[in-house]
Amino acid sequence: MSRPSDHIDTPNVDEISQPALGVSGYLRFFWRQLTSMRTALLLLLLLALAAVPGSLVPQRSSNPNGVIQYFKDNPDLAPILDALQLFDVFTSMWFSSIYLLLFLSLIGCVIPRTAHHLRALRTPPPKTPARLERLAGFSSVETTETDAATAIEAARTLLRKSGYRVRVFDGPNLSVSAERGYLRETGNLVFHTALIGVLFAVGIGGGFTYTGQRVIVEGQPFVNILSDYSSFTPGRFFDESMLPPFRMVLDDFSVEYEQENVNALGFPIDYTADVSVSIPGEPVSRGTVKVNQPLPLLGSDVFLLGNGYAPRITVTDGEGNVAFTDVVPFLPQDANLTSMGFVKVPDALPEQIGMIGFFYPTTGELSTGALTSIHADLLNPLLTLNVYTGDLGIDDGIPRNVYQLDVDGMTQVAGGNTGIEAIKLRPGESAPLPNGLGTVTFEDANPAPSVAKDYADSVLRFATFDITYDPSRGWVLAFALLSLSGLLIALFVPRRRVWVKAIETSDAVRLEYAGLARGYDPGLEPAVNDLQQRHRQQLNIKDT
Amino acid sequence: MTLILDEYSLLAVYTAMGIYTLAFVMFAIDMAKRSTSKPVPVSVGSHRRQSDAQTAVATLQKTEPPRQPSRYKFERIAFSLVVLGWVFHAAGVALRGMAQGFVPWANMYEFALISSALIVGVFIVIQWWQNLKFLGVYITGFTLITLGVGTVNFYVPVKPLPPALDSYWLIIHVIVASLGTALFAIGAGLAIVQLLQARREAGKKSLALLKTLPDAMKLENLTYFTTVIGFVFWTFTLIAGSIWAERSWGRYWGWDTKEVWTFIIWVIYAGYIHARATRGWRGTRSAWLAIIGFLAVIFNYAIVNVFIPGLHSYSGL
Repeated sequence: MSRPSDHIDTPNVDEISQPALGVSGYLRFFWRQLTSMRTALLLLLLLALAAVPGSLVPQRSSNPNGVIQYFKDNPDLAPILDALQLFDVFTSMWFSSIYLLLFLSLIGCVIPRTAHHLRALRTPPPKTPARLERLAGFSSVETTETDAATAIEAARTLLRKSGYRVRVFDGPNLSVSAERGYLRETGNLVFHTALIGVLFAVGIGGGFTYTGQRVIVEGQPFVNILSDYSSFTPGRFFDESMLPPFRMVLDDFSVEYEQENVNALGFPIDYTADVSVSIPGEPVSRGTVKVNQPLPLLGSDVFLLGNGYAPRITVTDGEGNVAFTDVVPFLPQDANLTSMGFVKVPDALPEQIGMIGFFYPTTGELSTGALTSIHADLLNPLLTLNVYTGDLGIDDGIPRNVYQLDVDGMTQVAGGNTGIEAIKLRPGESAPLPNGLGTVTFEDANPAPSVAKDYADSVLRFATFDITYDPSRGWVLAFALLSLSGLLIALFVPRRRVWVKAIETSDAVRLEYAGLARGYDPGLEPAVNDLQQRHRQQLNIKDT
Repeated sequence: MTLILDEYSLLAVYTAMGIYTLAFVMFAIDMAKRSTSKPVPVSVGSHRRQSDAQTAVATLQKTEPPRQPSRYKFERIAFSLVVLGWVFHAAGVALRGMAQGFVPWANMYEFALISSALIVGVFIVIQWWQNLKFLGVYITGFTLITLGVGTVNFYVPVKPLPPALDSYWLIIHVIVASLGTALFAIGAGLAIVQLLQARREAGKKSLALLKTLPDAMKLENLTYFTTVIGFVFWTFTLIAGSIWAERSWGRYWGWDTKEVWTFIIWVIYAGYIHARATRGWRGTRSAWLAIIGFLAVIFNYAIVNVFIPGLHSYSGL
């Protein structure tokens, strides 16, 4: 069986007689059902339908924070959706079942068709039909200029040169039967087989991938070991030894802002991260990472994903000791980099100190009186801090998110409803903490000697990098392109049969031309006409 | 300078919309006249039906050369107006591009502009191959809605190109996606006419003007041919998008909402091509799939970009 029994090009045989089915009979029956066109079509439509929820419900793979938010917003609905695997649609049981069945059906269809096609490639064109006048592009011409044998030989050569497979029949009348377009089925089979290749490349190759993120503040190094990543997603077959040994320092992170277009003042137009990379046994090299322009490093790629500010904050505790001094990455909350960050001072005495801070690179005020940033560059920076004191909850060994502060065991002493205003600091300024807890300083990263204060570079920037390794991508691309070329061939190479027949009448030879399309083929008749013209030209047969 | 060019661009777009409106009216009058006037003898044998039903091969014979002026006066006027309108439309696109110094398809407004320009452009060019002017009402109507929504709801002034879009893949990926969209739009229009025609041929009550249009089997072949070229473009869009995603985000596929919908559309059209090769599905049923596919394309553009958050949220709104 070359094609599925319900393929439009398969002869329609009404199978009414149904013999009793044994086990193997049932198996064959199910196999035929699975590999039928109707099943493939149904599975395709199901696949499209099954993908829809993946765009409506946030997915853990592409939007993990969206899932957390969804659980907060819909506490009753979310567990039900989760049980239905709707947050992991594309790895869910039901989605996987559909595409695996689809590919099984595909394989079951491709293998017999390939076998059949290989046979067809060795089969010569079929016998010339007895009556050509029923067929497409039929025309005939009577001539005395030539005899049948010469005419058919000329037609045979012409058709051969045009890429047809030819066969001459003596029959009652001399004729040539020609067929072309076997490439069409080849393209079709290549397309489908390459799709299987894509699936395998993704499925197997995907196991060897890894991707990790890391926030690096200007001047800080990153070492490519597992513990130095902020987050890391390994493939199934990942091994830590797969991480290439390198050390990368973010030397500088610069942003270019639009300054002329009044509709887009302050719009960021370019981000550049300058890094220096050390690889054991090699001199330090410099590199640049930009958006859309990753840095290749020992087989991995370093991508620039995000950026923000990391103010350097120093806290001196109530006993006069420096209890904390560090750069603290503040996470951007909007396009103008209004940012939020957390300072935890576990070593402060007499009590631990926690602070929730907001950073505004260019401070502005909303009509409600609340502060906001109105430009992403450092034009008028301000840091505000709400201060808490008490137990930070990190002494009992429970892992805590550094981008959160659990204030349950703490007392707020500044900001909010405490009656004491939140601490406001510009770069280089210090302020006392309430209740004699100590002082806090917002260090200026670029203390300018001049009086005319310019805040440029007063706060360090950080960049978020994504380091990715994916050995399968080349394979996936190769199979995808193979599949595309197969598709082009399958859709646009016409498969046609053409016949030229020479009928000897009493005093002349009647030449008949006709063709048969296999599939939609608007070019068939012009092709037959063209053949007829060239054939007549060659034999010097004038228009009658 | 930038702002002045943008204003001229907008002016050109409004002019194009005015001319398209006139063309729409003319096409509508043409349709109305076809309904009332006595049916023009249409050569039913515009293609020969193979008596061999198994291969069901339709061989197209062009009974009227495509360049021959159409019989219908209002259709001729309307089509000339479409060409004139398109000149302004294309000028609008070009001026917008000059205003910002990069290809004008980086946000929703610009995408509405370029995709509708390509739909009309393909509609004009396709007439050299087949006379499909009877789709004029549909094409101008669709273009007017797209441009109307684009200028009223999606318009944003010229802005610099966000670094995330600063890649030559923007040029390739979007232009191929728009071309695919244009072909799907025409394919869906043909599928709609095909469904109406099949209804008429089945002897049900129908519009008189359908008698002046090609028969259902020819329409089915035209739908298939347009849609299949669109499918090739869409496949390329998918591959180009993956390559760009890999360069930009570090992964070639991440089931972002836009990626999900591009995939869904691809699968629907793959289904359409299969349906056409499945006994019992060629004809009316597969035509529905061509229409559903195009609805998914519109959903992907209008709903996904605006209402569903994702990495492709470049609407600029």
